[in-house]
Amino acid sequence: MTGAIWNLLLALAWVILGGEFTGINLVVGLIFGYVTLVLIEPQVPALKGYPGRIPRILMFIGFFIKELILANLRVAFDILTPPWHMQPGVIAMPLKAETELEITMVANLISLTPGTLSLDVSDDKRVLYIHAMFLDNEEELRQSLQEMESRALALFR
Amino acid sequence: MIEVIKGTLIIVGALFMLLASLGILRLPDLLTRMHATTKAAALGVILVMLAVAMHFAEVGVVARAFAIITFILMTAPVAAHVIGRAGYFVGSKLWSGTVKDELKPNYDPLTHELKSGLETEANAARQPKHTDKP
Repeated sequence: MTGAIWNLLLALAWVILGGEFTGINLVVGLIFGYVTLVLIEPQVPALKGYPGRIPRILMFIGFFIKELILANLRVAFDILTPPWHMQPGVIAMPLKAETELEITMVANLISLTPGTLSLDVSDDKRVLYIHAMFLDNEEELRQSLQEMESRALALFR
Repeated sequence: MIEVIKGTLIIVGALFMLLASLGILRLPDLLTRMHATTKAAALGVILVMLAVAMHFAEVGVVARAFAIITFILMTAPVAAHVIGRAGYFVGSKLWSGTVKDELKPNYDPLTHELKSGLETEANAARQPKHTDKP
């Protein structure tokens, strides 16, 4: 968190000192600020772990957009063609996420990818019940859900 | 070139919204309908907003377009979850082709208790978490 604030402050300093108030200049400032923080990271304990986090977030956004488009096309195909290929069902997924914030994030991400909709969390917060549209290959579905969960959790920890 | 990209984004976005509305008409039960409406419509709005941001290319408009995308991404899944959950527990029928339902045996409609199904053998070996209530 301190890393993000420092990055933003450096970018603002770049914009103000440069005297050119445009969005592109702010982005340039953010990039230079990030490079600076990467260089001084070994000497400042408060910045520990910040440089690795930004590429991980960008990778996660890319991975998520890929999943979103692929799954959307699959649902679209099933809506457009007359026979139903789908095999809907409710499955229970054991959660690795522990705090309420983490569970909320994971459930939201699962709801956002087409084909899966998070229904409810069990009272002891250990299992998430998910309504899935395509259960023809349940193992594969569970694996991709778990990959998504561990990738999302890696952003917080 | 940029005209072509903008046009494609808008057309594809509108197509996804059309698919969402077709999905409401065609799909057989509440939960599968929620699948179609939230995700396809959200993706459609995102694509149209990207086209808007590219067309105007001003700081104010781009910032607003990205704010709209962020809020859609934050609110659409919550709404889908709440509607789907309420519908399921009120007792809307699942489609006859539904393969399995692992929630039903764990839910007690009288006390609204929802078990995880992991209680029996796992509880003995379970490590306490800091989120547990005392």
